[in-house]
Amino acid sequence: MPAIAFKRFRALPFALLLLLTMVLPVFAGPFEDAVGKFANDDYSDTGDAVAALATSGNPLAYTIIRALQDGRLMADTDSKKVYVTQPDGKIIDAATGAPLTSIPDSAAAVRVNNKLRRGVEAALGALTLQSPDPDKRIQAAQSVFKNHEESLLPAIDAALQKEKNKDAKQAFSEARAAIVLFKDDATDAEKLDAVATVRARGDQEAVAMLTDSGADQPPAVAHAAASAIAAIQSRLAMWSWVQNAWYGLSLGSVLLLAAIGLAITFGVMGVINMAHGEMVMIGAYVTFVVQQTIRGSYPALSDYALLVAVPAAFIVAGAIGVLIERTIIRFLYGRPLETLLATWGLSLVLQQAVRSMFGPTNQEVANPSWMSGAFAIGQITITYNRLWILCFTLAVFAILLAMLRYTSLGLEMRAVTQNRRMAASMGIATSRVDALTFGLGSGIAGIAGVALSQIDNVSPNLGQSYIIDSFMVVVFGGVGNLWGTLVGAFTLGIANKFLEPVAGAVLGKIAILVLIILFIQKRPRGLFALKGRAVEA
Amino acid sequence: MPTQLTHDLAAPLNRRRWLVATAGLILGLSGFTAARADDDTIKVGVLHSLSGTMAISETTLKDTVLFMIDEQNKKGGLLGKKLEAVVVDPASNWPLFAEKARELITKDKVSVVFGCWTSVSRKSVLPVFKELNNILFYPVQYEGEESERNVFYTGAAPNQQAIPAVDYLMKEEKVKRWVLAGTDYVYPRTTNKILEAYLKSKGVKDDDIMINYTPFGHSDWQTIVADIKKFGSAGKKTAVVSTINGDANVPFYKELGNQGVKATDIPVVAFSVGEEELAGLDTKPLLGHLAAWNYFESIKTPANEKFIKEWQAYTKNPKRTTNDPMEATYIGFNMWVKAVEKAKSVDPDKVIDALPGTKTPNLTGGIAEVLPNHHITKPVFIGEIKGNGQFDVVWKTPGLVAGDAWSKELPDSRDLIGDWVNKKCGNYNTKTNRCGGQGS
Repeated sequence: MPAIAFKRFRALPFALLLLLTMVLPVFAGPFEDAVGKFANDDYSDTGDAVAALATSGNPLAYTIIRALQDGRLMADTDSKKVYVTQPDGKIIDAATGAPLTSIPDSAAAVRVNNKLRRGVEAALGALTLQSPDPDKRIQAAQSVFKNHEESLLPAIDAALQKEKNKDAKQAFSEARAAIVLFKDDATDAEKLDAVATVRARGDQEAVAMLTDSGADQPPAVAHAAASAIAAIQSRLAMWSWVQNAWYGLSLGSVLLLAAIGLAITFGVMGVINMAHGEMVMIGAYVTFVVQQTIRGSYPALSDYALLVAVPAAFIVAGAIGVLIERTIIRFLYGRPLETLLATWGLSLVLQQAVRSMFGPTNQEVANPSWMSGAFAIGQITITYNRLWILCFTLAVFAILLAMLRYTSLGLEMRAVTQNRRMAASMGIATSRVDALTFGLGSGIAGIAGVALSQIDNVSPNLGQSYIIDSFMVVVFGGVGNLWGTLVGAFTLGIANKFLEPVAGAVLGKIAILVLIILFIQKRPRGLFALKGRAVEA
Repeated sequence: MPTQLTHDLAAPLNRRRWLVATAGLILGLSGFTAARADDDTIKVGVLHSLSGTMAISETTLKDTVLFMIDEQNKKGGLLGKKLEAVVVDPASNWPLFAEKARELITKDKVSVVFGCWTSVSRKSVLPVFKELNNILFYPVQYEGEESERNVFYTGAAPNQQAIPAVDYLMKEEKVKRWVLAGTDYVYPRTTNKILEAYLKSKGVKDDDIMINYTPFGHSDWQTIVADIKKFGSAGKKTAVVSTINGDANVPFYKELGNQGVKATDIPVVAFSVGEEELAGLDTKPLLGHLAAWNYFESIKTPANEKFIKEWQAYTKNPKRTTNDPMEATYIGFNMWVKAVEKAKSVDPDKVIDALPGTKTPNLTGGIAEVLPNHHITKPVFIGEIKGNGQFDVVWKTPGLVAGDAWSKELPDSRDLIGDWVNKKCGNYNTKTNRCGGQGS
């Protein structure tokens, strides 16, 4: 079969390489020719050069191929000289390894395309099987698992004998199993063992491997592979439930963060604040400004820009909130329709103000390094940015609860929510409480903006995407009740994420809205309605 | 009377007086903004979203038209008159596009309009241009299935972008499984219909195609990217064909990077992501993902280098990028100027008749020509994203491809052609030899 023959032929260089690294001395001529090919600015020449380097046995080969992968391999097409820029900034001549002081301006990075990248990854994998770093050995074993090169079997066996590291040993035995599965002359017993090893690995790649190998296996092996696939897939289906629950939690945390400020203002003051989304947007822009300032003046602190942005956003958004309350809302108490209109107009004014100050296009807010990437628990992937946002939301919620429970302002806010007139008779300055409550709600919205700037675009319209969701959460969860908001937000998030794989993103959102409408018909006050004789409805 | 006024302000809010005062203020202000018809200049309308979800893509096209007008005025204007731009902001609001188009043509009396990006915005303005008989130059790649007398399509039709991109993935990347991901409106829906029909005609099975739509501005891509990863681990090489439009692309690519979907495993080829959309992104995790266009800023030709230099001087920003829709605007503007000079008039009917056959150089070394179906000839390039937000051309068509308004893949449009020169019909059926089929 042509495919397998090609694969065998392709693997030959890697097998040679491993033998050479163990036994033979460095060859001079062919190596320099291969390096020179990088300067031709041609994809197939670069591919040939990579393959030649991999078999050369020259210790520089790894450095050069790694530099190519990272974009640090520079070539000058006129002089045909090739240079490597090391990660620490030093420059060496690729052909001889001699250190240099500078690279000519005419040198440009050697170009790669996707096909070349795969070849580079395979070459690096083969080169790092013997690496002293266990992580590199595991990576190499993973790439052998993916490309299951038969000629690497003796190298894998040799590595398995010597391997002390548990994780690396596991990776090597899985790689060995992958090779055996595709080997024509392996016995049935060996293949059944291999299937068992791959089945124990139990992830998507294992399924792909077993599906791939099923073509021309003896019946016993094919049957074992099929049952292994079924078993892994049912386990994966269970894990996907957990994954969807995680997505629901992360969406719920975003909804909660956006809605909690609204829950306070709506709950305490009964004010329908259509400019709430714009408070979130202001928080996101404060983050942008803080990031730009830190980038300009204290670049070393870039990773901590968010920590500075949180109090800054709280103060700015809170101050704007107090200002709005004192100038507009104060005159419109007891008139919900006018408040709705006034705050809607205010939201348009704020959007245009930001548009005039910063421009209508999106601003880039970078993710700090500790918020990029993901890690795996079992078979689910958890991205760091969502994890941090969930923790942040719960922290904000806890602080808010504590504030409401243990501070005098919190006590006054709760009193005013339950019975405004009685609270005024008891000597609470209700108008001061209103201003501070509005400021607090807006400040929390600003903090939400800091978090949202990490996962959404920072543009003047940011608020518009979250205002409807915030109202949905507050109405569903029960006005004036923080726990209601929490439960409402997470319920909506999880429901949305379980509907999405089934119905798609668009229909999922529509379904959620319909469900809320039906729910409100039954329980107009929401999930956790405040009870009490004089609660303002 | 000052005394009376201050007395009124001090008194409790008198609603009627407030209303009268506000109304008077508004009427007074609007008096200052009445348009004056000016016969000394030729007016050019610019109908691009300067705010909203599409502002990320369209703002630079407004600036391009202003740049081209500036350059033309430096050459002495057109027919002895200076060109004047009339810029409006339809704010990514599709019905507002139609209102603004009407305002441009009736109130501002423009002779031509350069505008629109999303197909839904173009569909909204079509009735206005037909009714008021003006000209629209549409510079963006789209789904085809249209050939209007009043519109000139300088962007790519599906056979100038989508089909060659799919061919490249099938031949070079040996893709066997396909995810067609798009924003939920007419362009992605129609393009995916065409691509699905094309893929099936090449023997791809139903199970190997996954189609998925999201709303404009969608920001929570966790589930979809996880689904793409799952779909792509069935053992066959998988690729994503993305017709996602606007700033939803930013969280999409971020999520791809965060969940570790590398271009070497599952490449994503996008039709609406160019240098402008990448400008705000960290492109290092996106190395190797692809885009299909008829122009890239990184293509080195004398015409392109000159254009980039003049553009960066005009915008006073040495880092300002150029992209395909800008090149299409450049080509469209030059074609309009040539047609006006040929017809010696800006009258829409005369210019529309003069345009087919007009030739003007593009920025990648070829000559674009207006075809009878009001599309143009364009080369096709496939580019891979580099670490600096630019594209590296990895493949191109050997020559220029003529734009096909009616896609051959769909049974409803297979027999239709657009021909405004001889047949005077946008959807002439070559089998029944009659005008009239799908669309207009």
